[in-house]
Amino acid sequence: MRVEYQAVSDISGPLLFVEGVSGVSYGELCTIKLPDGEERTGKVLEVHRDRAMVQVFEGTRGIDIPKSTVIFQGRTIQLDLSPDILGRVFDGMGRIIDEGPAILPEKRRDINGEPINPYAREYPNEFIQTGISTIDGLNPLVRGQKLPFFSGSGLPHNKAAAQIVRQAKVLGSEESFAVVFAAMGITFEEAEFFRNDFEQTGALERVVMFLNLADDPAIERISTPRAALTAAEYLAFDLEMHVLVIITDMTNYCEALREISAARKEVPGRRGYPGYLYTDLSTIYERAGRIKDNKGSITMMPVLSMPEDDKTHPIPDLTGYITEGQIIFSRSLERKGISPPIDVLPSLSRLKDKGIGKDKTREDHADLYNQLYAAYSRGKEAEELSVILGEAALSDMDKKYLEFMNRFESEYVSQGEYENRSVEETLDLGWKLLSVFPKKELKRIRDEYLDKYFAKFGGKEEEEKEEEQTEEKKTKEKRDKQGKEKKAEKDKEKKDKQEQEKDKDKKTRDEKDKKKKRSKKTKKKESESENKPEKK
Amino acid sequence: MSEGKIIRVSGPLVVAENMKGSRMYDVVHVGEEKLVGEIIELEKDLASIQVYEETEGIGVGQPVFLTGEPLSVSLGPGLIESIYDGIQRPLDKIKDKTGNFISRGISMPAIDPQKKWDFNPVKKEGDKVVGGDIIGTVQETVLIEHKVMVPLGVEGTIEKINKSKFTVKDVVAVIKTKEGNKEITMEQRWGVRNGRPVKKRLAPVMPLFTGQRVIDTFFPVAKGGTASVPGPFGSGKTVIQHQLAKWAEAEVVVYIGCGERGNEMTDVLNEFPKLLDPKSGEPLMKRTVLLANTSNMPVAAREASIYTGITIAEYFRDMGYSVALMADSTSRWAEALREISGRLEEMPGEEGYPAYLGSKIAEFYERAGRVKCLGSDDREGAISVIGAVSPPGGDLSDPVVQNTLRVVKVFWSLKAELAYARHFPAIDWLTSYSLYPDNVKDYINKEVAEDFLEIEQEAMKLLEEEDELQEMVRLVGIDALSARERRILIAARIIREDFLHQNAFHEVDTYTSIKKQYLMLKAIITFYWASEKNDAEPEKLEELDILEEIARMKFVEEEEIKKIEELQNKIKDAVGKIATVKEEVGA
Ligand SMILES: Nc1ncnc2c1ncn2[C@@H]1O[C@H](COP(=O)(O)OP(=O)(O)OP(=O)(O)O)[C@@H](O)[C@H]1O
Ligand SMILES: [Mg+2]
Repeated sequence: MRVEYQAVSDISGPLLFVEGVSGVSYGELCTIKLPDGEERTGKVLEVHRDRAMVQVFEGTRGIDIPKSTVIFQGRTIQLDLSPDILGRVFDGMGRIIDEGPAILPEKRRDINGEPINPYAREYPNEFIQTGISTIDGLNPLVRGQKLPFFSGSGLPHNKAAAQIVRQAKVLGSEESFAVVFAAMGITFEEAEFFRNDFEQTGALERVVMFLNLADDPAIERISTPRAALTAAEYLAFDLEMHVLVIITDMTNYCEALREISAARKEVPGRRGYPGYLYTDLSTIYERAGRIKDNKGSITMMPVLSMPEDDKTHPIPDLTGYITEGQIIFSRSLERKGISPPIDVLPSLSRLKDKGIGKDKTREDHADLYNQLYAAYSRGKEAEELSVILGEAALSDMDKKYLEFMNRFESEYVSQGEYENRSVEETLDLGWKLLSVFPKKELKRIRDEYLDKYFAKFGGKEEEEKEEEQTEEKKTKEKRDKQGKEKKAEKDKEKKDKQEQEKDKDKKTRDEKDKKKKRSKKTKKKESESENKPEKK
Repeated sequence: MSEGKIIRVSGPLVVAENMKGSRMYDVVHVGEEKLVGEIIELEKDLASIQVYEETEGIGVGQPVFLTGEPLSVSLGPGLIESIYDGIQRPLDKIKDKTGNFISRGISMPAIDPQKKWDFNPVKKEGDKVVGGDIIGTVQETVLIEHKVMVPLGVEGTIEKINKSKFTVKDVVAVIKTKEGNKEITMEQRWGVRNGRPVKKRLAPVMPLFTGQRVIDTFFPVAKGGTASVPGPFGSGKTVIQHQLAKWAEAEVVVYIGCGERGNEMTDVLNEFPKLLDPKSGEPLMKRTVLLANTSNMPVAAREASIYTGITIAEYFRDMGYSVALMADSTSRWAEALREISGRLEEMPGEEGYPAYLGSKIAEFYERAGRVKCLGSDDREGAISVIGAVSPPGGDLSDPVVQNTLRVVKVFWSLKAELAYARHFPAIDWLTSYSLYPDNVKDYINKEVAEDFLEIEQEAMKLLEEEDELQEMVRLVGIDALSARERRILIAARIIREDFLHQNAFHEVDTYTSIKKQYLMLKAIITFYWASEKNDAEPEKLEELDILEEIARMKFVEEEEIKKIEELQNKIKDAVGKIATVKEEVGA
């Protein structure tokens, strides 16, 4: 039922109040006609007797109280769907903005969607290889997961998101996939970056874009992720495709929500965001997932920039309470030149445990990441100590942890934008880094895996290492008695370290060369043999 | 019945006029689609209604139908193994009817009305019965014998009672009362907002063992007790709740997923039928009732889910069972309260929460407890409640945390730093507490070991000393510590890494019996005492091979815990040896 009213009574921020209405329902779509013929879209946020409160997506600027008319459409906001949406570009309301033809709808759906019945869900457990070690090795992503990037302004989260779109694949499967890309309040330049990247990799015809750029109406950001997810649900659960949804930047979405809440004079929650922000965000994030007896899936990677890099700000905080983990970008790693600057300690993938292991990635995966985490975390503690007291105050073991930490950051965390590491390579790299420790120290790893892998990646060095240790012990005993040889030892350490560094430099140089020329296998062997002189 | 008319719609809140004759907390059906709602405010002939379903499309002028019944649940055989939404609609049946997404206006019986159960009378004709008396039983699952009870308020003599197969709607017995004959069916209805009465409340005396070392040994919860787990996101609240639902020694488990993730419920649904209860060897699902009102499901039904859950728990308690109820997360329930309160334009209290938040939380936890049940046989039942709390930013000054701590007796404080270091469960041993040790002391002394508390206190003392020493190390370095202090650090580290740390996803580590917990801790303390006695050098201690064996105790299967017992002597020997070596060198 379409009814037209010419009774706008007042306007407040993005809200419009219409009087004398009847038969209007909550959530209804309406069209606002301006005197100059321009049309805008609105949604009913509240009806009270003959008065309706309408949220205007394009903003209320220029709307004039006596001359504008409001037409209630008798339906909610819907999106036209057909397989032809692939490769197309829409605005935040789901209107076509590229030059292509209109979509002949096969289905028309309310963009708010309906909650997935928890009983109908299939638990996500298929490992997605992103080629990024910090994700695959430590925070594995699985199909149907919602794993956000918590980033900050100026950090390379877009690059990482694009890298994932480029590299993501499920091992041993070639099923049809699609990407839904929703942009909210990002700049034209950023949107173009993604577009070019999709184009270069030939993915463009598998991408559906919903763009609301920085200069587009802010309130439209409320509908942008919903329209995008409606498209994603159609592709995933009607056409049974694997859909990767990238939504950037959720912070802008939340700000639009806050604007409306303020205009409604609601009691504000923390930092002015509405008290229902959690519930509202969950109606977006929970649309990710898998469904029983359906091949499709929606995997979601929302990007949000943490205001002032503060993880306890309501936006990242409430997001973290809904999503299945988070990948956190750190400014201090970025400053150290580590890229992608993923801070692995507070990062987390909660669905990893069912997506990895034997037959999925490798049997040792879970133990290995537990150990890497524990070791890195202890390395960080050692670093803190050494900052306060100087490196000399560290115990021998702590020094090992410190060394491990540095290598971990520069070799494991850091990787090229176009470097696609297989999960095997990532796991092997983890073992290689752990080989600096005596076996006994690796408590989080089961014996059977230690037996199988520890020697393989540090192999021959183990005995030598122990010798080295007993030597150290002896010197220590002497030191305790005489307390004189300290200086000599320090010198020796320094020398060792210099040598090591030299070797490292050489190694990385060599490796770069090798990457160009040789196959992986020979590379591994050579770097093993190369390790030997370093230790002597 | 009369019909109201909607005059206002604002999200989950609907206001209707012409509602004379309706009562507070009565259920109504809203709009042509008959969405389920509940009256939460009455003013003259205006009623404010919270609607348990999405209200889009509801408009002014649409009708509201009264039902005259408060929000109630169905109680009877068929509850166990079910999965319900917040207002007890069966999600599995809804899926069969409407597919993968939950649409609106669905109404369905909570308990299968067709299924026939073998009813075995335990009373006979002519027996005198009062409300709460058990008149018969039904084997609901292999683990649960469902007790069919005389409805509260009914008293008289049994006229007729039949042994046969019945549906929950069939009459299984007739009781002659002063008010005439009363037909008894196996299904009862009960309003969720009123606790089911009991004969007497008792103090908890039995520990509720959970198989989680840090909990059972250091911060135990009692059967009939209350506990709260606050922590920032990702700190392990849900994993702890799942672990408790899996391994806690309760006879019935009610798990409420209140405003949390859909996949977490799926996880439970997948795992519980496969996991076996360590005591009975039967699948855990055979004792579990699930409630799932995930975050994206209607917010008002989330508010109700807590009450639906605890009413079901009370019903099984009344049969004489020990029930454990987990609610993940009570913060989401409080937020639902806040949202409705905001729409009602009530005066906000702290952080926008309504001023009555504290009393609502207290009322909920008060429904836990160990009790003497109604009925003439003086049976005992218990409900233990464990609530997760999700404070913004992990900040414990949050009103939901503060109001919860005022009523619960156990506080497991989850720390983000521990979670980052992957020390799980991330329960901070320095700030957590339990007020039950005194209650359960006698039981533990008798059933576990006489020196259990001594060992536990020694371990806690080491952990506390470690904290102070760590502070010193941070300021002046490890070299400044005496040998004794360094031995404390070693022992405390072993406690942390090899005892407190427990991997929920490791097939053996996930559950540790109290006996094994005791032996493990005893071994560690034996190590410490031996090192003290022999004045062992810290460097040498750290190199002992026995440490590796201590570290692997947690992976020793329950059937082989003798090995841990034997370890004690080995430890004494090993530590003794380095002491002798030292003496020789000295001589
Ligand atoms: N006991 C444990 N053993 C191993 N891993 C654990 C344990 N507890 C927690 N974890 C890890 O921590 C992750 C987060 O835990 P969990 O989902 O319980 O957090 P939460 O506190 O419920 O977070 P939220 O508030 O966001 O729901 C898990 O996915 C798991 O990887
Ligand atoms: Mg949780």
